Amino acid sequence: MEWLNAIVQGTLLGGLYALFAAGLSLIFGVMRLVNIAHGDLIVLAAYLGLTVTTATGMHPMAAVVIVVPAMALIGYALQRGLLNQTLGDDILPPLLVTFGLSVIIQNGLLEVYTADPQTLNAGALETASVAVGGVALGILPLLTFGIAIAVIWGLQWTFYHTALGRAFRAVSDNQDIAQLMGLNRRHIFGLAMALALGVTAIAGILLGIRTSFDPSIGGGRLIFGFEAVIIGGLGNLWGTLVGGVILGVAQTIGAKIDPGWQVLAGHIAFLVILAVRPNGLFPRISG
Amino acid sequence: MPDPILQTRGLNSHYGDFQALYDVELDVGEGEVLAIIGANGAGKTTLMRSITGLMTNGPGQIHYRGQDISRLRADEVAELGLAMVPEGRQLFPSLSVKENLMIGAQVGRTGPWDMQAVYDLFPILEERKDQASTSLSGGQQQMVAIGRALMANPDLILFDEISLGLAPIIIKDIYEALPGIIGEGMSAIIVEQDITKALSVSSRVYCLQEGRVSLESASDTVSREDISRAYFGIE
Amino acid sequence: MNLQDYSVSRSSKAARVAAILAAIALLALIAAPWWAGRADMRLMGELFLYLSLATLWNLMAGYAGLVSVGQQAYVGFGGYMLFALTMLGGLHPLAAIAAAGVLGALISIPVAVLIFRLRGAYFAIGTWVIAEVFRLSFAQITALGGGSGSSLPVAIVKSLASGRAMREALSYWLALGAAALVVTAVYLFLRSRQGLALTAIRDNELAAGSLGIDIWRTKFIVYVVTSAFTAMIGALIFLQKLRISPDAAFSVNDWTAFVIFIVVIGGIGTIEGPIIGTLVFFALRETLADLGTTYLIVLGVVAIVVMLRAPKGIWGLVRSRYDLQLFPLGYRVKHIGQSKEN
Repeated sequence: MEWLNAIVQGTLLGGLYALFAAGLSLIFGVMRLVNIAHGDLIVLAAYLGLTVTTATGMHPMAAVVIVVPAMALIGYALQRGLLNQTLGDDILPPLLVTFGLSVIIQNGLLEVYTADPQTLNAGALETASVAVGGVALGILPLLTFGIAIAVIWGLQWTFYHTALGRAFRAVSDNQDIAQLMGLNRRHIFGLAMALALGVTAIAGILLGIRTSFDPSIGGGRLIFGFEAVIIGGLGNLWGTLVGGVILGVAQTIGAKIDPGWQVLAGHIAFLVILAVRPNGLFPRISG
Repeated sequence: MPDPILQTRGLNSHYGDFQALYDVELDVGEGEVLAIIGANGAGKTTLMRSITGLMTNGPGQIHYRGQDISRLRADEVAELGLAMVPEGRQLFPSLSVKENLMIGAQVGRTGPWDMQAVYDLFPILEERKDQASTSLSGGQQQMVAIGRALMANPDLILFDEISLGLAPIIIKDIYEALPGIIGEGMSAIIVEQDITKALSVSSRVYCLQEGRVSLESASDTVSREDISRAYFGIE
Repeated sequence: MNLQDYSVSRSSKAARVAAILAAIALLALIAAPWWAGRADMRLMGELFLYLSLATLWNLMAGYAGLVSVGQQAYVGFGGYMLFALTMLGGLHPLAAIAAAGVLGALISIPVAVLIFRLRGAYFAIGTWVIAEVFRLSFAQITALGGGSGSSLPVAIVKSLASGRAMREALSYWLALGAAALVVTAVYLFLRSRQGLALTAIRDNELAAGSLGIDIWRTKFIVYVVTSAFTAMIGALIFLQKLRISPDAAFSVNDWTAFVIFIVVIGGIGTIEGPIIGTLVFFALRETLADLGTTYLIVLGVVAIVVMLRAPKGIWGLVRSRYDLQLFPLGYRVKHIGQSKEN
């Protein structure tokens, strides 16, 4: 029963990791950009949530209506103002620029919010749970998992059933020809980053409710998201959910064996999958 | 000749240190069909990329209806009513046939061409509309590429090597469809290796040789000798 | 235009002058214990170790196209090997440093086999995962102090040299020697056939492959050799610090972020770049360190601006203006005699 409990909790935790991963997967799919600052942007969203909730007294879940558009705006501005200049055949500029960005965000957050750990206070939501067949399911983890499914479904739908998604796919296929069709790729990339950071905002708020956070934890979140993307297979949005769940289950089982092993067990699961299935479980595009 | 819809003046294009076009001077009249011929590497595709804004040009080198478009981005050029059927078709592989056509209408220009008009022109595309564009035969893909360009309702349409890599029977079909396409008051530039085909549909012809215009003539009066001289540079 | 009017040579006047100046500077630096203060020597020792790390990272990222953000894995590994081999294995510290290099090479082999499956930017994050695995694993080893780490016992420190001044001088010389060794080794490597292959791969991977260069093998060798050296530098770093903990040993900021900034600002893909970058980095640190986090923000901004506006860094700007090359790698064609046509 304890093991079943670990697996169930890990699965639900995987929803959060899938949300970390979805934004990363989206921007890689559209513009082949890997954003090293992704984890720090998740943490930034958590801090924005903190500022909104303390300033207005809103419930953190409600703060989403402010933080999501704010992060989307930041994403668009970041892409048009900075990241578009790094795109090209050379992988160094995007990598090093987003790495620099990561250091800037981290230290900017330290400057504004100090290194003290913070949490988003969600009241009763944090502890509420329902018992299903002897396993206590937290409402928050259930909600997180549900949101992850909804977000990924929404992204998938946007990708395959809207004009915006068509533009994303066209630009991803062939930037020159897409430009000939009247699509300004710089604008399209801006929109993709806006969408990705909108998802990141949701992830950041849920992270902040679930655990305490401080400016230094971004790197770890980037790694979890990255592992979920690679396990699931590049370019596959539903794959990120599977990847997140595998990572989450590995972590909770690791923690069950020895609390010090939680994160390590997740990394080991990732490395094992990398060794056996280098392209992930369900690859769509080759990296 | 009527007022030009497109003019290039002293057009030079470079790939890094390599110069691909030298002082190209070209005029396309309103409603005119122009053919551009030349050997491989003569600069035909470069010229198309320069006109459509895919390459950066010097200021003042390309004018469209009197407006200097040489510094515009490709999407801005497209919005002015200039569309291209690119060499090798270059459909979007992750888009279905129908989506490829829809993306052609992205520029938001209105006119005679819509989805139904393209389906009427190429009925096979309606049958295949939900298939992946990569599953089509070469000729059908060329139809999608032409339809995609038409969906923009352009005033000037550029065809880059439309018969390259297609079976003769299909080339014949496409050339038979061309008058119906261009007949709607559009101007066109046809880049073609098949000189006979190019001359048959155009009113004037330019020949490029090593990045320079080596011949400019009316299509019906140009002689074989003139062409081979301009084409190969044989004196 | 006659062929005789041209000469092909690797050397140039600037390179010869630089070589002489470098030799003089090296002699002066070796003599530092007799003219520099203790604090200055410590600072210079640290500078040499950063120069070594930067030169090694530059070899991987700037020449082999292996952009790693996980080199802290080997810095920390080397540091921990020094502590483990001296405390638990009873080795002399100098032997432990050499052994750390060998072990670093050995452990990098399976790591490379695994993470070479990832391309480009994903390779970068993969290296970071490896560093995290190392950090979390060493935090589990109670014999080495677990998560809180441990200090090097006095007896081991004393085994290096009994007097404090002599120990400090030795530690300084080791750092200086390491930097000289690393820079020279990388320079000679890049001049060799293997180095030429590397440059070919960087310039055009597809073409290099078709010329029969085994790309995987070449990159693999670079990765393993770099890891070995990085582990030795790591051992030296923690011989200076005398204390190790998982968070300090595997710090992404200290051993990777700073190193990347050094190389980018100095000039990636050049041998001179890391040297200039290290000097700039320490000059900035000594003047702006009081600003704390602001200093790091400034560093990040400078690195981004350099990457976008001057991708070849400070040295790239200097070189494009003056056509200088202090470590001549390529051959240059010189025109001698009067030209008639041109």
